[in-house]
Amino acid sequence: MQFLFLAEQVVNGLVLGGYYLLIALGLSLIFSVGGVVNLAHGAFYALGAYASLEIAKYLGFGPAVALSPVAVGLLGILFERFFLRRFYTADPILGLLVTFGLAMIAEQAIRMIWGAAPLPASMPQALKGSVILGDFIFSRYRLLLIAIVALVLAGIWLLLNKTSFGRVVRAGIQRPDMVAALGIRLQPYMTTIVVLGVAMAALGGALFAPIALVYPAMGAEIITVAFVVVVIGGLGSFWGVVLAALLVGVVRGVTINFVPAAGEASIYILMFLVLLFRPRGLLGERIEKFE
Amino acid sequence: MSNDRQDTSIALRSGGRRKVLQAGVAGALALGFPAIVRSQSDKIKIGHLTPLTGFLGALGQYAVLGIRMAEEEINASGGVMGRQIELISEDSVNPTTAATKAQRMVEQDRVALLLGEINSASAKTIMQVAARNKRFFLSTGARSDVLRSANCNRYTFHMDIPVTVMVNAEGQGLLRDGLVKGRKVFYLTSDYLFGHDLAKAAKHFMSEHGATTVGDELCATDVTDFSPYLLKIRQAQPTLVATNLGGNQVTNFVKQYAEFGLPYAVAGFNLNTADAWAAGPGNLSGIWPTVWHQHIDTPGTKAFVAGFLKKYGKMPENHAWIEYVSLRVLLQAMNDIKSTDNDKLIAHLEQQPQFDLLKTRKGYFRSWDHQMQQEAYTFTVKKPGSYKEAWDFLQFSAPIPKPDQPLELLSPTREQSECKM
Repeated sequence: MQFLFLAEQVVNGLVLGGYYLLIALGLSLIFSVGGVVNLAHGAFYALGAYASLEIAKYLGFGPAVALSPVAVGLLGILFERFFLRRFYTADPILGLLVTFGLAMIAEQAIRMIWGAAPLPASMPQALKGSVILGDFIFSRYRLLLIAIVALVLAGIWLLLNKTSFGRVVRAGIQRPDMVAALGIRLQPYMTTIVVLGVAMAALGGALFAPIALVYPAMGAEIITVAFVVVVIGGLGSFWGVVLAALLVGVVRGVTINFVPAAGEASIYILMFLVLLFRPRGLLGERIEKFE
Repeated sequence: MSNDRQDTSIALRSGGRRKVLQAGVAGALALGFPAIVRSQSDKIKIGHLTPLTGFLGALGQYAVLGIRMAEEEINASGGVMGRQIELISEDSVNPTTAATKAQRMVEQDRVALLLGEINSASAKTIMQVAARNKRFFLSTGARSDVLRSANCNRYTFHMDIPVTVMVNAEGQGLLRDGLVKGRKVFYLTSDYLFGHDLAKAAKHFMSEHGATTVGDELCATDVTDFSPYLLKIRQAQPTLVATNLGGNQVTNFVKQYAEFGLPYAVAGFNLNTADAWAAGPGNLSGIWPTVWHQHIDTPGTKAFVAGFLKKYGKMPENHAWIEYVSLRVLLQAMNDIKSTDNDKLIAHLEQQPQFDLLKTRKGYFRSWDHQMQQEAYTFTVKKPGSYKEAWDFLQFSAPIPKPDQPLELLSPTREQSECKM
């Protein structure tokens, strides 16, 4: 019985990990391509949530979840064009500072536009409730959420590994100088990757709005977890991030099962251990330009 | 960040830069010339601390709106004893920073007194600063019992209802709906001073009235995902889920409880109306206690709600109200004794003068533990479709205690309290 229940916690942790993945994968992609740790990533997550609430007023829940990432993705083009692009080859600390500043500006802007108080957000009545499979209980909404994450994940993987677009991106990560020598401009590829990453964060925000608090600091809250996931997985590693996200979800769930008060601390302890024994992260690759 | 901006704008509005120049010139002309002292003391400075970030930040933002409104009204009507007041308001951040900022307000800003706070742990550290500096502190929104019991001190007064009162008020609602006797209760408790205190009082009440405990879990204040806890609740098969959570935690829990659609009845010993609004209609259920609500049928509450709506375009909640009445109560007391002297103020308040709290009955600070005695309320959730505005889905009870009962009915008695001043 106890074992079964633990298994239930593990599965539930995997579901939660899937959601962390949506935020962390974009963060990792932008870092691999541009070499910038985008601390403003949480801001796009928050904007995604707020945009979805605005769109939902007119079009309803479904279209809001679909359109919010598009709207925020467009914002991502401006973000890449006017800010991020200038810092690809600069000292990493400059990129950190500028994205950190942007995150604060975004949070204050949200506060000015939508107010400091959290906004109510609900899902359609049909999605509420849970499904019981065997002895396990699943929230219906989270099953939908995890299906969407799986689709996004598959899409990104196919894009990176099975298309000519992906080949250029991967080559650009390893040897940007060689790509340039072959006469390929990396710029549009980078813009696309940033837009994809930012749109994934916005999708995460839109999907999580009905089950968590929608308030100005929500971006700062998620960026910490996303960053932990990326560090554990190994900066720049696709499968590393996937593995780390699931691991973080499971470790948190299992810890809450045994020592509830330590639930939130457990993921930082996990990061500490990984950094201690494997500083480049679980599946982190050696990337020449970052050595 | 926003605080810095507020502070500068206040300094500029009050002619801070010119004053500094004047002071500089005066100082250059004659060292220690009394003009400097006079230019500093023509306003009564009041230090205000409340969390603007973190899991109580959303509530703190309301508190600032409430106190700014009171400040404006008081200054517009001529101030206190003919002097304007200048409110210095900052984000208290966490217990350590709260104490540092309180100390700085006392030493550098030379505030006449301190007020504010929602976080009980931060209120506790400010209380220590108040006692050390012999400076008056009105703790406005902190509810932990120990603050007015074992930790009580002569320089601190408490405005909000303590957790025992919340539990007893909530308990009346639970007893009425048959949710106590024979119930198997699963508790979720916020892992900090306030949560522990609330859990202690709640368990005491519930077990005294025939309920048993089947689960009791601590939740870190930054928990945003409650799904592992929901699985444990389902595992324990309770007949009542009782929450002792605070701030953002309550809203997240309520949303996710609705998401999973677990069948067990929910009750909570703490919820602010702003948390309820953030959870949204359709997500909230159960019975909850509160210290104030916008539908109280008194001219005072009506005027406050109308003024707040006009000024900020949104409905005030209980922390906006409490900061608003707290400043008014303090200034009324100063006006009564015609002094800002802290010792005189304490002596005056210990006489138990009555204050208008915009409720049906007036309130007073109990002399031996400095706790404001006042009415409380419970609320439930209206049926969908029976309300129009998004903030109007809560159904509030009549005041507790009843009109013919003493206000102290729900408070801990002197025997139960460990307060010695």
